[in-house]
Amino acid sequence: MTARFGVIDPFSIEDFTNHGGYDVLKKVLSMKGEDIIDEVRLSRITGRGGASFPTYLKMQAMAKETGEKYLVCNADEGEPGNFKDKYLMERDPHQLLEGMLISGFAVGAKKAYIYVRGEYQSAIYLLEHAISEARKYGYLGQDICGQDFSFDIEIRQGGGAYVCGEEFALLESIEGKPGRTRVKPPFPTEVGLFGQPTLINNVETFSTLPHILAMGGEAYGLLGSDFASGTKLISLSGNVRHKGLYEVEYGVSIRQVIEELGGGVPEGRAINMVQLGGACGPIIPEHLLDIDIDNERFEIFNSKMGAGAIIVIDDRFDLFEILIRTMRFFEHESCGKCAPCREGHIQIVKLLEKFYDTMVTKKDYESLVSLANVIHETALCGLGQTSTTSILATVEFFQYYYQQRIRQSERREWVQS
Amino acid sequence: MNAYINHIPVEFEKGMTILDVAKNYNINIPTLCHYPELHINSDCRICSVEIDGRKGLKTACSTPMHEGMKVITNSPRVLNARKTITELILSNHDANCTACTRNLNCELQSLAKNLGIDLNRFPTVLSRSPLDLLNPSLVRNNNRCIKCGRCVDVCKNVQSMHVLETMHRGHKMTVGPAFDDPLNDRICTFCGQCANVCPVGAIMEKDNTDIVWEKLHDPSVYVMVQIAPAVRVAVGETLNQKDGLISNGKLVSALRHLGFDHIYDTNFTADLTIMEEGTELIKRVTEGGVLPMITSCCPAWINLAEQRYADVLDHISTCKSPQQMFGTLAKTYFADKSNMDSRDIYVVSVMPCTAKKYEASRKEFSSFYDLPDVDIVLTTRELSKMFRQMGVDFSFMEEESFDNPFGITTGAAQLFGASGGVMEAALRTVYELVNKEPLKDLNFTSVRGLKGIKEASVNLGGNDVKVAVSNGLANAKKLVDQVRRGESPYTFIEIMACPGGCIGGGGQPYGTTNEVREARLESTYFIDEDMVCRKSHENEMISSLYEEYLGEPNSKLAHHLLHTYYQARK
Repeated sequence: MTARFGVIDPFSIEDFTNHGGYDVLKKVLSMKGEDIIDEVRLSRITGRGGASFPTYLKMQAMAKETGEKYLVCNADEGEPGNFKDKYLMERDPHQLLEGMLISGFAVGAKKAYIYVRGEYQSAIYLLEHAISEARKYGYLGQDICGQDFSFDIEIRQGGGAYVCGEEFALLESIEGKPGRTRVKPPFPTEVGLFGQPTLINNVETFSTLPHILAMGGEAYGLLGSDFASGTKLISLSGNVRHKGLYEVEYGVSIRQVIEELGGGVPEGRAINMVQLGGACGPIIPEHLLDIDIDNERFEIFNSKMGAGAIIVIDDRFDLFEILIRTMRFFEHESCGKCAPCREGHIQIVKLLEKFYDTMVTKKDYESLVSLANVIHETALCGLGQTSTTSILATVEFFQYYYQQRIRQSERREWVQS
Repeated sequence: MNAYINHIPVEFEKGMTILDVAKNYNINIPTLCHYPELHINSDCRICSVEIDGRKGLKTACSTPMHEGMKVITNSPRVLNARKTITELILSNHDANCTACTRNLNCELQSLAKNLGIDLNRFPTVLSRSPLDLLNPSLVRNNNRCIKCGRCVDVCKNVQSMHVLETMHRGHKMTVGPAFDDPLNDRICTFCGQCANVCPVGAIMEKDNTDIVWEKLHDPSVYVMVQIAPAVRVAVGETLNQKDGLISNGKLVSALRHLGFDHIYDTNFTADLTIMEEGTELIKRVTEGGVLPMITSCCPAWINLAEQRYADVLDHISTCKSPQQMFGTLAKTYFADKSNMDSRDIYVVSVMPCTAKKYEASRKEFSSFYDLPDVDIVLTTRELSKMFRQMGVDFSFMEEESFDNPFGITTGAAQLFGASGGVMEAALRTVYELVNKEPLKDLNFTSVRGLKGIKEASVNLGGNDVKVAVSNGLANAKKLVDQVRRGESPYTFIEIMACPGGCIGGGGQPYGTTNEVREARLESTYFIDEDMVCRKSHENEMISSLYEEYLGEPNSKLAHHLLHTYYQARK
């Protein structure tokens, strides 16, 4: 996926086609839609946006629908710690377009939107250029590559709301409404954009498709591990020597990514915590780093690998400071539609502040855990369902920090009184 | 299809939600944002239940039941989630319950009580915002709003007005008109449907009961009250009576109890409206006036037309609404007849409607000295508040009859409370006036019921004339757009803003669902059938009013007193 990064000029469609670009599309246009979806099924690929839903299931559901259908590429990438989509769009924009064209052809959609977060102005600029070039060269528009297939792509900019990365909020935003999620079911593949069936995929998922069809689904499926196939882009950041984007095969461990690719923690400090996936991901201790970056194994943290961020936190940082910062983010970004998420996060922040100030009781701890659980279990969309993962994970893995603060608070009260 | 709720086997049909199925088996799942006729928001998450094999909790209101599903509605996990969410909602709610009109009639309060919330673990995060008091109809108190989304849904989807929206994010999210403007700065019709569906006291009618109490005990003024047709089939609900109970006689004696000098019936001027409006229709048809003619009784519809449809104002009947006709007659005819200073007459009207408050305050509805014809308007809810304040118990009330001269009415007038009623009453009169023969079947059943748009056809003078009836402003817009495009096949159109007509008005008792509307409709038609006289033009008092004072329908004086004009606003 990253093979062409830095090799080709992202402004040049010719550079792209000289490096094998759009070859897969030409091959695919002679295939049947269901065969393409079958290749995707064999590849075992799951959504790269964070939820890890099998991609072929969505495509199958879409292909069944009739009438006007839409394709939407989720390039909102609002999750703190993630920057893979930015690279994909800026270094190889045509790869994304090719992936979208292939999916559009497979499911029978004619119109697509790329929803890019407004902060990514350079990516938007490059994509717009790429789209106009693709139109010029006959890869977008009517009768693509001389075949009876028309397809067009439009760009929509996000206004900066994190929740607009959630699929329904994103659709609402494209429709021109405030970014608030809808009730499921119906799912987007049934009733999506403008009330029509809509296939929403992440930038990385779309960008992977040309490679799957180039290699063949079965061959791609052999990559990776038993749990997840293929390669994954990892956004590595935090207290490591070599921060950046890495494409790794599923099966490598988190420690390998941090130590071998990232060069470990600088200045001889120790890893204290690692946050996975982004703000909505779990925080795990050093001794768990040997697990794979596999999706399924993350279930033990009540969460998934998410979009592939690894944030390394060394021993200088206080857990509660990090948690407060994370939860303030969600307090600010909650759309306000459903009650637990709307009213819950501010209460979580208040409780965490008590921990931070060492003025906390056992009751507060119980309230915190219960509240984090209730938000996780009852929130309407992915934002609320995952926002408290860091709390639930640290309650399990860093229990002693919590206990320590409660004991310190009790002692303080005794000393003062 | 089969499934299990709390290990009890249940049967259901495809497409039913868990909540629907549970209801059929008398398994109570608490809800808060759910309202029968509105869209499923699933915002409050109170109805969360456990489903075997699924992660997290799912909301019963929005999750369809599947074959073999195992649902648990009563586990500690579910109860804890419900309690926690309720505590959270209360933490951002002005929960000063004893100082709230909705006390003991509040859906959030009863939820908290039923869930057994005795202590809120979460401190309040309420940041106070000012009240919107700038219009004569509705008061918005956002400090009480729990963002359930019902008012937004009813405003957007039932009324198609799009005045109320959600704004801002997270716990700072608010509900209100765009830019947090006051309601009277936006195109709001004051229909009050938002107030009717609000589960708490965040949107309410402007309370005028204090003024009425004061006037009732002011010996220098003569206080008369008029009761709208839809009030008498609904007010009983608030006094522990069954839905749709007919409380004609008891209502009169209860009002006398409160101290009103005279108790009159808006139905009288409803008959008068039929005479004026029917005559106007005949004139428009025979003399080539603007057609189709549209009714003018509904003040919310008039607000909409003046603000958004300046091009259809010519289509609207120039007749005042029955409420305003009553006000005018009280301060002219009645004052003349009883030799009174019209400044000493204080007209209170009890309406199922919040827009009537606005209507009464309009400048053009003033016969003398800039004094309003109708001095104050109470909604059905405010009237029942006054009854409760005085401890009036309906079950011990005697049956009394309305006072004269405005107390003799017909069955046709009672129909004004129902959607299609003005149409039916008008057709009874217009048919007989035009065709000069008695109508065989008085019941125009095709314009009855809760359907959004209803049609009928009637033979007038040898021609088949098509008429249409709409309720709910979203439906009204469809008919009006037809008129604006010049494609309307109708001669006469009745428009009522509220679903079901006035019996479903914004000022009616809380919990107005379709089931309740049906009960109120049934009573309305029962009253009509029960009346000796069921046609407005056969009302003797109306005939003598014309003979004695007004001359004939649409006479110059009638026009001066009983008709009005419309102007485009904003």
